[in-house]
Formats: sequence, C-alpha cells, structure tokens
Amino acid sequence: MIKLYLPSAFKFYTVALILAFTSLNSFSQDIPSDPAAISAGESLFNANCKACHRVHQKLVGPALADVYNRAPSIDWIKAFIKNSSAVIASGDDYAVKLYNEYNKTQMTAFSSLKDDQIMEILAYVKAETDKGPAQAVVKTDAATTGTQGAGASNQYLNVILVGMVIILILLIVILGFLVSALKRFLDQKDLTEEEKEIVHSPISAGSIFQSSGFVFIVVFLVASLGFKTVINTLLSIGVQQGYAPTQPIAFSHKIHAGQYEIDCKYCHTGVMKGKSATIPSVNICMNCHNQIKVGTITGEAEIAKILRAHSENKPVEWVRIHNLPDLAYFNHAQHVNVGGIECQTCHGEIQTMDVVRQQNLLTMGWCIDCHRKTDVNTKGNAYYDKLVELHETATKKKTMKVEEIGGLECAKCHY
Amino acid sequence: MEESKKIYWKGIEQLANSPEYVKHAHAEFAQPGPEEDLGHSRRDFLKMMGFGMSAVALAACEAPIRKAIPYVNKPVDIDPSIANYYASSYINGGDYCSIVVKTREGRPIKIEGNDLSGVTKGGTSAQVEASVLSLYDNARLRGPKAGKEKISWEDLDKQVIAKLSDTAGKGGQIRIVSNTILSPSTNAVIEKFKAKYPTTQHIQYDQNSLYGMLKANEESFGKAMIPSYDFSKASVIVSVAADFLGTWIAPIEFTKQYAQTRQVDENKKDMSRHYQFEANLSISGANADYRTQIKPSQEGAIVVQLYNLIAAKAGKATVSGGAENVNHLAKAADELWANRGKALVVAGSNDKAIQVLVNGINDMLGSYGVTILPHLPVNYRLGDDQAMANFITEVESGKIDVVFFYNCNPVYDHPMGGKLGAGLKNVSLSLATSYKEEETGLLVNYLAPDHHYLEAWNDAEPKKNQFSLAQPAITPIFPSRAAQESFLIWSGVSDADYFEVVKNNWKTWFYKNQTLDFQSFWDKCLYDGVLELPVEASAVTFNADVAAAASAIASNYKASGFELVIYENGTVGNGSQANNPLLQELPDPITKAVWDHYVTVSPKDAKEISFDESKTKYASITVTGKEPITLPVLIQPGQAQGTLGIALGYGRTKAGKVADGLGKNVYPLVGLVNGSLNYTVSDVKFEIVSESYQIAQTQTHQTYMGRQTVIQESLLSEFKNKDWKREFHPKVSTWSDPEHKVDPGSLSLWKGHEYKSHHWGMAIDLNSCIGCGACVVACNVENNVAMVGRDEVIMRREMHWLRIDRYYSSDADPENWKEIEDAADNPEVVFQPMLCQHCNNAPCETVCPVAATTHSSEGLNQMTYNRCIGTRYCANNCPYKVRRFNWFKYHDNSQFESVNTAMNTELGKMVLNPDVTVRSRGVMEKCSFCVQRIQSGKLTAKKERRELKDGEVITACQASCSTGAIVFGDVNNPESKISKLLKIRPADEKNPYRVDKITDNPRAYQVLEEIGVKPNIWYLSKVRNKEAEKA
Repeated sequence: MIKLYLPSAFKFYTVALILAFTSLNSFSQDIPSDPAAISAGESLFNANCKACHRVHQKLVGPALADVYNRAPSIDWIKAFIKNSSAVIASGDDYAVKLYNEYNKTQMTAFSSLKDDQIMEILAYVKAETDKGPAQAVVKTDAATTGTQGAGASNQYLNVILVGMVIILILLIVILGFLVSALKRFLDQKDLTEEEKEIVHSPISAGSIFQSSGFVFIVVFLVASLGFKTVINTLLSIGVQQGYAPTQPIAFSHKIHAGQYEIDCKYCHTGVMKGKSATIPSVNICMNCHNQIKVGTITGEAEIAKILRAHSENKPVEWVRIHNLPDLAYFNHAQHVNVGGIECQTCHGEIQTMDVVRQQNLLTMGWCIDCHRKTDVNTKGNAYYDKLVELHETATKKKTMKVEEIGGLECAKCHY
Repeated sequence: MEESKKIYWKGIEQLANSPEYVKHAHAEFAQPGPEEDLGHSRRDFLKMMGFGMSAVALAACEAPIRKAIPYVNKPVDIDPSIANYYASSYINGGDYCSIVVKTREGRPIKIEGNDLSGVTKGGTSAQVEASVLSLYDNARLRGPKAGKEKISWEDLDKQVIAKLSDTAGKGGQIRIVSNTILSPSTNAVIEKFKAKYPTTQHIQYDQNSLYGMLKANEESFGKAMIPSYDFSKASVIVSVAADFLGTWIAPIEFTKQYAQTRQVDENKKDMSRHYQFEANLSISGANADYRTQIKPSQEGAIVVQLYNLIAAKAGKATVSGGAENVNHLAKAADELWANRGKALVVAGSNDKAIQVLVNGINDMLGSYGVTILPHLPVNYRLGDDQAMANFITEVESGKIDVVFFYNCNPVYDHPMGGKLGAGLKNVSLSLATSYKEEETGLLVNYLAPDHHYLEAWNDAEPKKNQFSLAQPAITPIFPSRAAQESFLIWSGVSDADYFEVVKNNWKTWFYKNQTLDFQSFWDKCLYDGVLELPVEASAVTFNADVAAAASAIASNYKASGFELVIYENGTVGNGSQANNPLLQELPDPITKAVWDHYVTVSPKDAKEISFDESKTKYASITVTGKEPITLPVLIQPGQAQGTLGIALGYGRTKAGKVADGLGKNVYPLVGLVNGSLNYTVSDVKFEIVSESYQIAQTQTHQTYMGRQTVIQESLLSEFKNKDWKREFHPKVSTWSDPEHKVDPGSLSLWKGHEYKSHHWGMAIDLNSCIGCGACVVACNVENNVAMVGRDEVIMRREMHWLRIDRYYSSDADPENWKEIEDAADNPEVVFQPMLCQHCNNAPCETVCPVAATTHSSEGLNQMTYNRCIGTRYCANNCPYKVRRFNWFKYHDNSQFESVNTAMNTELGKMVLNPDVTVRSRGVMEKCSFCVQRIQSGKLTAKKERRELKDGEVITACQASCSTGAIVFGDVNNPESKISKLLKIRPADEKNPYRVDKITDNPRAYQVLEEIGVKPNIWYLSKVRNKEAEKA
C-alpha cells in the first residue's frame, strides 16, 4: 500500500523548525532550515524530483530521507544531481554502486538547477526526514469551491419554487373554501331553477379540457418546452462537455497525478511558459518508464506501447480532449503562471480520472463567468502595481476582478 | 472570298455548346449557392434555413476527432506555441540583409531585421520581408532531376563526376556561372573545385550590374571595388539617376543613413538637401527636395557639366562637353561646393566614363573618407559583364563542355539569355543548383536543387571584414542539398558537410587572439549573426583621365526619339522572387500598380498621342534590332517628356503559378555601353495599339491640393523660425456661439475613455517615410492578410491593413486647372502610411449593429471577426477608409490558389502566423495594432513579475521600417519613446489617465482632426528643404 500524506502547513513548519534546531548531523549543518527555503525546496522537489523520488519511500530512485548523511558529501550530491552520468563515469565508488543497485537507470541531469536551489531541495528533504513518515491524511477536495456558487443559487431557486407551489396549493384550498361558502350562502337565498342549475352545475373533466384557458396553457407549455429544447440543442453545438475519448494508450491520471502525486508541470512542461500546456513527449515518459515496465492496472501491455514509440521513434497520436475553436486565443501561462489558477479549476479533478473527460463547458459564457468572479492575482507582481494603486484610490477596494481590468474585452481572446 | 474570323474558346464544353455548359455559363459558381437563387420563394428560403440548421445540429453531434501529437524526443529549445528567433542572413545574389528569423514549431513565419548588424542596422526591405513565403513556394523542386526524370543524389553524383573526369581528361572547358557571391566559404569551395578541375572558370554576373562602376574605380584608384557610402554624413546629396533609396547598391543601408539626415526637431533644425536628376520618377526622386527631369542620354552631359562647374570653383581644368540650362544644376553645384567635405554625388549609370567623372567630382568635394568610404569596399555587385558576354559567345560556339549554374537564372535575367539558352545544347553537361526549376533549369541536363536560404548554413562578407552567418531555421522541406556540398562531392570530397566547412573556415580565419574557447566564440557569432572586425582607414588618390571620359560620353550618347529607361522596381525587383504574391500585390511605391507590368509615359506625351483616359491602352515598344514588346501604358506624372520606363523582373515563364505570364521580359532590351550593360536605350519606337486595358492600381488620386487636413507640410526655412506653427489648425463653431470657434476635440457626445493601464499610440514621421513598402509586406506576413489578385484589386477589394498613400502636389493655384495640369508634369510627392487610426471616438464602433467592433481599455479599436455579420456599416462610416471586407473565402479556395498561395496550399500554409485568425468570407478586418504582439509582450512582463518596458512591444510595421518613421508605444508612460517624440501630456493634469492628450511637438497633427474622432495615431508633418518660391 502506498500511503498518502499532506501535512498542514502549520504543523509542517513547527515540526520542521523544532527538528532543524535540534539536529546535530555533520553534513546537514550547511542545509538551510528557514521556512522560506523549505517551502521553495518543496516546490522545486515537486516539480523536478517527485516523479522518481519520495522522501520516505523507494520509487524509481531511492528514498531520499537522510540522503545528506548517507552520501559521500553535499558537493557529491550537487554534482550527482547536475550530471549523474559524469559522476558515474568518473568511477566514483558510491555512484557506481548506486547505479548498479538501481538496474543501471540513468538519473536525468538537472544542469539548470543552481547550487542554492539544490540546498533548498535538501532543506525540504531534511525537514521531511526529521519529521518522519507522516500519517496518511486524506486529501481534501480543493476544487469543490468552484461549484459552490452555482449550487447556492440553485438552492435559492428551489426554495422559491417550493414556496410558490405551497402558496398555489394554499390558494386552491382557499378558493375551494370560498366556492363552498358561496354555494351555501346562495342556497339560503330564493333562487330560480335556472339559477340553481348554474350554482350546482357539475364540473366535468370534458368541459375543463375544452375550455379556452386550458387549451392556451397546454399550447403555451408545449411551445415553451419545444422552444427551450431547440435553444438548448443549438447552444450545445460544439460543446463537448463530458467528452472522454479512448486514448491510444490507456494512461491514467488517477495513478500518475493522484496516487503518485507527480506534479502536473513535470509532464506538461509548457504550462508555465506559453499558450500550450503541451502533451508530454515520449522522452518524458521514458524518464520513469525506462524503469517501470509493469502498470498497476494494465500490466505490461500499455507501457509497452510507450517503449515501442520510443524505440521506433514514432510519436503517440493522442486524441485532443479540450478543443477551443481557432478563433479563441487561450494561454496557459497567463492563467497558471500569472493568475496562479489550479489546473483543476478548468480541468476538473484530474487526479481522480482514469480516463480524462472534459469537465467544463469551455464555452465563452463559461470563460466570462470566471473572469467576472475571479480576483486578479496581483500579489508580488510589479506589472499590476500601478493598476492596483489606481483601483484602490478609485474604488477603495484592494482587489480587482479580471473584468475590471479589461478581462471581458473582445481582443483579449479574439484576434 | 469569305471573310475568315478567328473563334476563341475556353474549353471543349464551350465549343460543343452543350446544354450543361449553357446552363452554367452565366453562373458565378458551378453549384448555385443561396445568393444566386433569386427566383426562389420565401418558402424555399425557410425550408433551406430549416434544413441548414438541422444539418448543422446533426453535424455537431459528430465532433471531429482532433489529434495532439507530441514529439518523441522534444528538443530542449522548442516549446510548442513559443516562438524562437535565429539570427541569419538574407542572401539573394548580391543582395544582403542581416536578419532574425522568427520560427514557430520549427517553421519560419516572419523575418525581422538584426539590430546587432553594423551593416544593415536592423533594417529590412519588402523583398527581405517577403522572402519567408518564397521558402514555401509550391514551384520548388522536390529533389534532384536528370532532364525531366527524377534521379537519386547518388546517381546524379556518379553521372556528374563521370562527365567531369571525362571532360578534365580531354582538357575541356568548365564554367561555374553565378550572381555575385557574398560568401567567402562558398568561394573557398569553388576554389577547391577549381583546384580539382583546373580548366574551371568562375563567372559572376549581376541582373542590375555595376560593372561600369567597378571599372571606373579601378581606373580612378587602381582597385576594382565599390566603396561604402555614408549618406548620414552628407548635407548635400546630388543623385544623377541613382535610385539609392530604392534599388541602387544597398538601399537598406542608405535609407537608414538618409533618414538620419532628414529628421528634424526643435533641437536639430537642419536637414540634408537632396537633388535628383532622373527620367523615371523613382523613390529617391519622390523624396528629393529638387527633382529635375532629364533624358537618360543627358546623364553624361549633366555629370560633365557638374564636373566643370565644380572644377571651375576648385581651380582645376575643365573638360569639354556638358549640358547647358539644366534646372537646379548650377544651384546644386554651388551648394555642393559650399558644403565640400560633407557632400555626396552619386550616379546610377553603369557607364565607366560617367562614374569616372563622378569620382572626379567627389574627389574635388573631399567626399572620400567622409561620405564615401573606399577603405570599406562592399561586395554586393562583383559581376563582370565582359566575362559573362564572352562566356555566352563561347557557349554559342560550342567551346564550353560543362556549365554549372550556381543559383542563378541567366537564361531569363541576362540580356543575352536567349542566346545562352539556345547555345546550351552545345554543352555536354549543364547543371543548375537553383532551388526552383526556372527558365535556366528548363534547358539544363541536371537539376541539383540547393536549399532555400532559410534552410541552409552559409556565411557572407557584404563589406570588407564585416562577416555574417546564415543558419538554417527549418529542416530542409524537400530532399535538396547544399550546392556547396554538391560542388565538394563533385571535387572528390566524400563526406562533405558544408556546416563543418563554414565552421572550420571561421575557426581558421577569425578565431584569433580570443579569450573565449572556440565553441563559445562560434556560439556567440551564431547568436549575433554577425562578426565585425576592424578595418583600417586608408586614403585614396584619384588618378584618372577625366578628359577621355568626357569625350567618351560625348561620343556615346545621342538624343533621338523616345528614350527608354529599364529599371528595377521596389516590389518584384530583379524578378528572382517574382513568384511571391506578397511582392506582386505590393503596390509599386510610385505607380501604386499591382500584378501588372506597364510602360510609364509622361502626361505630356500621353496627350500628344491623344490618349489620356483612366482606362489605358496597350502600346508597342520597339527597340532597334530587338523584338517589339506590347505593354499597357501607365501615365506617370514626373516622367520626363520623351522618355519611357519599363521595369525588370516580369515576363517570367517558369517561375511558378503566381508570376508566369505576367508582363514581358525586358532584360533582352538591355544594351551595352563602354563594355558594360546599359539600362537605357534611345531611339525607341512607341505606338499605341488599339486594344484597351485596365491596370490594377490601388490609388488613383492625382493631387491632394486643398487637403490640408490630411497632409501637412512646410519648408525648412519656415520651420527654422522660432515661432513656427503648423499651417492648419482646424476649428469648429458651436451652435450656441457661432462666432467663437473651438478645437474640434473639445466637443464630444461621449464622456471619453479612461485608460488606466496602457494607452497605445503611434507616431508616423512623414519626413522619414520614404514610401518603400517594407511595412506593408511585414504587416501582411504578421497578420495573415490575404492576397486577392488583380481582378479583385481592380474592384478595390485588396485586403492590405496598411497602405501607403502617395499624394502628388504642387504649388499651383488650386483654382487654376491649367496650372495644375502643368504642375502634374513634375509634382512633389508625399507618402503617408495609412492604417486604422484606432480612434477614441471611433465612428465604426457606434454603427456596428452587433458590437463586433469595440473599444478596449488600452485604446485599441478591436475587431472581433467571429461576431461580425458583414453589414459593412463600419467601413462606410470610417473616415480613413482602412477597413477591409472579405468578399470571398480566400483560404482553401481553388479560385485564389495562384494569388493567395499562403492560404491555399499545404506548403504555403506553413507561413501563417498561428497567433492570428485566418478570416473567412463575409467579415470585416483591419489593423489591430498587432494586438497579438501587445498581448505577448504584456504576458512576458507579467510572467517575470515586472513592469512592461518601453520598446518591448513593437508592431510589425515599426520593426520592418529601416528609416524609423514609425514609432509605437504607450503614451501613458512619460518615459516612452513615443511620449518623448510627441511631447505628449494629459490635457487635464488632475485626470492623467483620461483619453484627451496634448502634443507639444509642433509638427504633430492628426489626420482629419476637425471631425473629432480623436485618433491614436499622430503624424509628424513633412518638412522640405526647399527655398521659398519667389512670388
């Protein structure tokens, strides 16, 4: 069984801090222990290391707990991370042993990581090591908040509807009482036969069905329903909500993003950089599947397809799920990097999906709705400083909605 | 005898006159669409509508499956959707530009100038901008060929090597023919080939030859070279028929230098004075302060006269000959002499004698070392007309055994091309390496296609010690092979790799005394695109026989009959890129004609032959001893009386679908003078043929008299006045107080916008704009603007978002028609780039019934194609007429395949900018201020958590402009270039973000200010360096 854990930030920092102060290990003295370094290390770890390493558990690569004491030196760790094959090639005993122990799997070279970034990662690893394997904490549903607003307004409508129905029933009852009271009153009067007939005329079903009022209501209801159906059908043209095509490889986000908690950005490398989040190229898959050749659900068959694509140098033809029309410009970097939006906000609980389906409408109305509701992520972004200041003077509000800085303008998405 | 009548038919159907043919003969479409069904009833319309709707609904149920195919091994540098830029070099024969290639997903989609280059300094030209589409030319060769048959490279090599060794064995003659070669590595490869086959000779020729100049400089200074020119140092420029802003030597450099001398502001109230003596109205002539019309036969005499005038002042001996009474010539001489040391005289003639005299003049004026830099010779034109002529004669007489045509097309673009083509059958092995088949390729035994320059490694030395690298921006699309590799293989190198050759050459030649290791040095060169080594300044001494030159001139030129000037125009150029629709549909800067080839005639001559209609007629032009050619007549104000002008570059027969059959090839009309090619011909017979014709022109206005609200200009002498104000400040009166007139901008129905973030604006300096049209092509490429073809242009349906309006003017009294007509003989010219003015009170926005055009919070007038229903109200209401309507679906439409190649072939589509929508039929479009660039610039700043810096966002037109006439930026940012240029400030200091701004630059004005639409584009009025006319 693989345990999941997600420590709350508070607990995490206190534990980390206490442990950091009490730690007396020789190498680890250089490892920073301030919370900022640890949290920076956490995000670096998630983005770069987590695909193959855990702190307390052996995955593709070794568990990293206590690595700073285990390895020959901190400098050795830095060198190994930056270019492991060079260290192995140099004939370093420890490296060669490690290489052989892990079936000669090459670790990806992270030449772009700077020394202090590696120290931050180590800071995170150390904090986690010191804390020990945590209890499994069930991951809370982070993305349900997005639908709460819509739910609330629906409930409100329901209450009104029920209220109206009750009022209507009450009205019918009251009217019934009135009719019988009037009848009783009229019966006490001296009435002619004709008048009596009118008062006591039987109410037949036929007369109701033939009455013009009834015909009108029925025609009106049928026409309205028909109209609504037509409109709904027209509006649904091109909308592929729920679209979940079969993919050439039965890849499960539930296993990768859910169970193994691989950071989305590890595979979708373009998401912080540009318009396209990018579907991972086979060489990214091979970083792990070089080693992992048997899948949890599908066994060897599906992973073999990746290996074949790699060896035959043939790309995998994935089926695109989220299709925007060509006339709409959407940029992932603007939303994920600048806006700080979670992937799940638009793509749904992707980490629970074995087969990815289009969770949301992806219509213009849906985009605009979000642009109306969402605050601009201006924190720490000097680009917005002047705008925030002007906005604050004008409206006395510290936050501004995307709408308020032109987020609904045509040429933001159409050009 | 019965009269015989020729019957023409279009196809068998017409000939048979089948009922099917008759039925469709008058229909626009083969299958009638709804708009054709005028006979149908309302019921049918409803039925079709219902059917259409359900069809759409049904179709929508089956969403098309779209694939997302990632790389197998993603290259580190390439991220889908993120553009990469590679420094490279545009090399087309002797034409050169240092460039930066923008690629998306591995496809070059745009070319921009390279600011790091000391030679072209970030400038580009229309041809450079358009060359990216030539990469995706459907007429490209799909691999090597032997005759008409495909052949493998291995077989081709075997056969060529066999023939070569056979020829070498019996001492046969081998020739390599090319245009000027700028690349030192290519020359080294050719030397290697020559070493292997010693009977090889390399012959260079140029379409637009400067051989006369090379020889003149050899005679004057002892070295056959063409010097660098520095127009920026010149206070007085005299050009005798040299179109240095358009086509002469290196216009990209010269326009930049020239513009520097033309820019004026309050601190610099000086500008150069430019005299032009020419027959055709060229771009240079259009920008000149004084332009004198001359006949080409007078060129020599004028140079002699100028020499004598200057010599008299310098106290030197005069020479015999000269032309009397040439307007402005004496004045030019006076000013040249007064400004000696900062003067420059250039002549466009390819006659050695004329150029010797020009050298003599420049020597007396002390131009050498200042405005002319002989120590920095350029390599743009090294062609030897004599050697080429000898070669062709040798081919004809069967003396040559093997000919290689290295990326040149002399059968088409050499005056003796016809003879060469006929003579090729005498050659046992002929081979062409051009990336397209072309006229020459059609007649050779083997085609060994080279890469397009954007696919290839190369280097260049455009000027002495100024080196430049070209690197591939795309993997070769077809199985082509670098011509240099071919030559190496044929000289016996088995594993030829031209990249290694270039790299090793650079290591041997330039990697000296470096602190960097070689790889870093190489990487830096590649990143910069250029390597510029110092050049030692050295003086030259003029030593030539000017008297002999003068007498040669006197004997060589005789004025008689019509005189023809054969010129290169600024669009199609020498014809090598004629198959590029971007160039064919680029209006000629002067005539504003597109897709057409014509003969320009002066208005007076047109009257003499009683012909002055807007719909023109054909004329037959006969040069003695040559086949007569027939071309439509274009009446060109400014053309000297008695002269005709015809452009080179047309009449291609094997260029591809776009260019084939357009116009006539006039290379065969080029003659010889003094041993070099002569682009002027006298004694030409000119006759009107009765057939009428319409030339597609995008602008037909003849004069702007009285249009003060559009064009504003003044004289430098007035501008120098401290209290100078623009002449025209429109005022409007209000109903409440008709006497009191107010600024039109102060009245508005609207509250006015407030732009808190950015306020995008543009300033266009009419003094810097020379009208070349590079911006138009840049805009077309950047924004996927459709090309529509000749017929549609005639119906005024061209799609260009940016046009350059060309206005003629004169000082004539607007009421006096006779005077205006005379003035039209030699008018002044103004160029005005006209694009969407992004009005803050935009008239288009208020009339759109579906709000498809709206205003943004950054001052942009936005156009939303998917919302547009095509009422065209906006275009009707636009005072600037800059909105363009898609009358047809120009993409994926076989009707437009031969004119809009970028949207109709799989290959052509690779050039489209993926960030800009390709518009469909029935929607309006217009300049967006390159909103995709604005958005991308903002996103970069946001991602880096910083403010947007000025200069980070530049529009495509601004980037392409080598004169810097266009400045785009944020007028809300007081530090931006545009704010400083316009001296812009908020009208209301308390509300600095309100739309109303005041410009303190006295030259700044807005077009049609009086209608109060408040554009976001400001123009800087034109200043001419002319004397005030004496009343």
